[in-house]
Amino acid sequence: MSGGHSTYSPKTGIERWFDARMPLPRLIHDSFVSFPVPRNLNYAYTFGGILSLMLGAQILTGIVLAMHYAADTTLAFQSVEKIMRDVNSGWLLRYLHSNGASMFFIAVYIHIMRGLYYGSYKAPRELLWILGCIIYLLMMATGFMGYVLPWGQMSFWGATVITGFFTAIPLVGEWVQQLLLGGFAVDNPTLNRFFALHYLLPFMIAGVVILHIWALHVVGQTNPTGIEIKSKTDTVAFTPYATIKDAFGMVVFLAVFAYFVFYIPNYLGHPDNYIVADSLKTPAHIVPEWYYLPFYAILRAITFNIGPIDSKLGGVLAMFGAIAVLFFVPWLDTSKVRSAVYRPWYKLFFWLFVANAIFLGWLGSRPAEGTYVALAQASTLYYFAFFLVIMPVLGLIETPRRLPNSITEAVLEKNKSGSGHPAGAAASPETKG
Amino acid sequence: MKKILTGLAVFGLVVVGAFGAAIAAEEGHNEAEPTHFPIHKPKQENWSFAGPFGTYDKAQLQRGLKVYKEVCSACHSMELVAFRTLADLGYSEAQVKAFAAEYEVQDGPNADGEMFTRKAIPSDHFPSPFPNHNAAAAANGGAAPPDFSLIAKARGVERGFPTFIFDIFTQYAEAGPDYIHALLTGFDEQPPAGMQIAEGTHYNPYFIAGKSLAMAKPISDDQVTYDDGAPQTVDQYSRDVSAFLMWAAEPHLEARKQTGFRVMAFLLLFGALVYLTKRKVWSGVAH
Repeated sequence: MSGGHSTYSPKTGIERWFDARMPLPRLIHDSFVSFPVPRNLNYAYTFGGILSLMLGAQILTGIVLAMHYAADTTLAFQSVEKIMRDVNSGWLLRYLHSNGASMFFIAVYIHIMRGLYYGSYKAPRELLWILGCIIYLLMMATGFMGYVLPWGQMSFWGATVITGFFTAIPLVGEWVQQLLLGGFAVDNPTLNRFFALHYLLPFMIAGVVILHIWALHVVGQTNPTGIEIKSKTDTVAFTPYATIKDAFGMVVFLAVFAYFVFYIPNYLGHPDNYIVADSLKTPAHIVPEWYYLPFYAILRAITFNIGPIDSKLGGVLAMFGAIAVLFFVPWLDTSKVRSAVYRPWYKLFFWLFVANAIFLGWLGSRPAEGTYVALAQASTLYYFAFFLVIMPVLGLIETPRRLPNSITEAVLEKNKSGSGHPAGAAASPETKG
Repeated sequence: MKKILTGLAVFGLVVVGAFGAAIAAEEGHNEAEPTHFPIHKPKQENWSFAGPFGTYDKAQLQRGLKVYKEVCSACHSMELVAFRTLADLGYSEAQVKAFAAEYEVQDGPNADGEMFTRKAIPSDHFPSPFPNHNAAAAANGGAAPPDFSLIAKARGVERGFPTFIFDIFTQYAEAGPDYIHALLTGFDEQPPAGMQIAEGTHYNPYFIAGKSLAMAKPISDDQVTYDDGAPQTVDQYSRDVSAFLMWAAEPHLEARKQTGFRVMAFLLLFGALVYLTKRKVWSGVAH
């Protein structure tokens, strides 16, 4: 899979036996042991491994939770509380799963931002990037449906609001909404199909993850310089080098995860979801899970009609457009230089984009009134301008800094200049160039 | 690295500036016609169960149970809590049995197909004061009093920026009990001049969903007798019942925090070892 020839040589009889029939050990060796990775990867590149770990953890805790959960509107809330109170370590499983979803999204956002910063989507990695976008979309769907399962107030009203978006689509909207709901309103059929899909989608994610990793192993990893691997000195073997670095990243990430699970397990949730769903009582502010808030803000920022498109459809289009635009990033970025390290202006606009996305998230948690609306509109404008104007135009007019000739040269250059600050170099061996 | 840090600093400033502008824009309101609730944010109280090593104060939980039983339970159910779990409060098996036996629960049908009532046993849950939701609503002016099993996690006043960021580091997770305590002690406050209070409702500046609520001041000084010498004041009652309700909502809090300490200690130690291994592995490679 690494593109080059295999260096695997079976040593024992059983390995030879397998290698002649189904070379799985060879595949694993070539993908995760001898696979060459750039020697200058920093910790931002450990999030792929962290995400695989989180997917595995979510599936494991989810399967056990499903053994105790009842997907029925009259039982769902109580069955979750039964898990919290009476199932052995049930509270741990459930907090791991609910906080795990948040951690999964934190990791995926860092992973996506890393891709945007270092230009990881540029040729020949367009397909790799698009597969990643598909995983992200599947994650959004999975997370949304998972949040409905506890059948609290936010579950119910979140589902009502979000499925309501589909009615904005002309002609087929009502039909699509009723198909999603299994009726005219969120009710037992909705809960049942969401449970079935919430169980299914993670395995679809796992499938696309395999494609994602396959594509990665064909084109190889990018690195902070954005320069392709040119010689053997540019790389190190995946094991032990990347393995141990990924392992350290995972342990640190797990420590953050554990901090939330054990000390502030409800911090990322909404108190209203501890109230059983009531179709007659609308919560004062319906807010989705934090990881959807930027898109929720974009949805609500469109308060005006644009020609034949009314504000409702406009909001829905803007929201889906905000995700759809990611798919086109490989072609929107016209720069010949990959990494933001050598693009001073892109770097500035990138960090503004990150700040803007976080600000959008906060606006999404506010009621859509007064100045918040205007701020959300300005923020939404920058969100789209970043992709549709800044990316294409900046690539044409920006003068990039001088690129090193190779990864090895970049590393040696940095070490030379870094030798004046040995303390800083020791504290941050992963410096980004 | 320096550049990244500068980038982060600039980006931090931009975020803070934008939040600040947004918050400034939100200010300014009429005192008699408030639009954002609660009117007053709850005060942050000291709770024995706060922080990484927090534990429940069993004596306090027992007092809280007494307040719930003698006052709140007249209207508020606690359907998810089983009598057997009261052992957590420090009661013996016999005491739990005796406590449960003070309640009557409906059971059945028996062999003749009849429903019957019997004394509750430890595996039963707290029986509800009303036969069903509609009866509860009808007896309380149209709005059923909320169930108390999860109330301490189902209420929480928004902390606002930037407090909600500090809350991660201070491990603030007591918004529920703080709210309950504030609400119960807030009934004596008088509405500002000119404020209209709907008939049959009671002003409370700590109420999360409006300027007044249907419940009247539920408890007064000396209403519940404490046998352990704790002050018999509304403030103390409120504190105790808030702690009790936190336990009812999160009975495994102590186990969670204790497990957490072991997990964190393991991860820090393991992380240090992995880091040293990583250093050793990479020591020969400039990167």
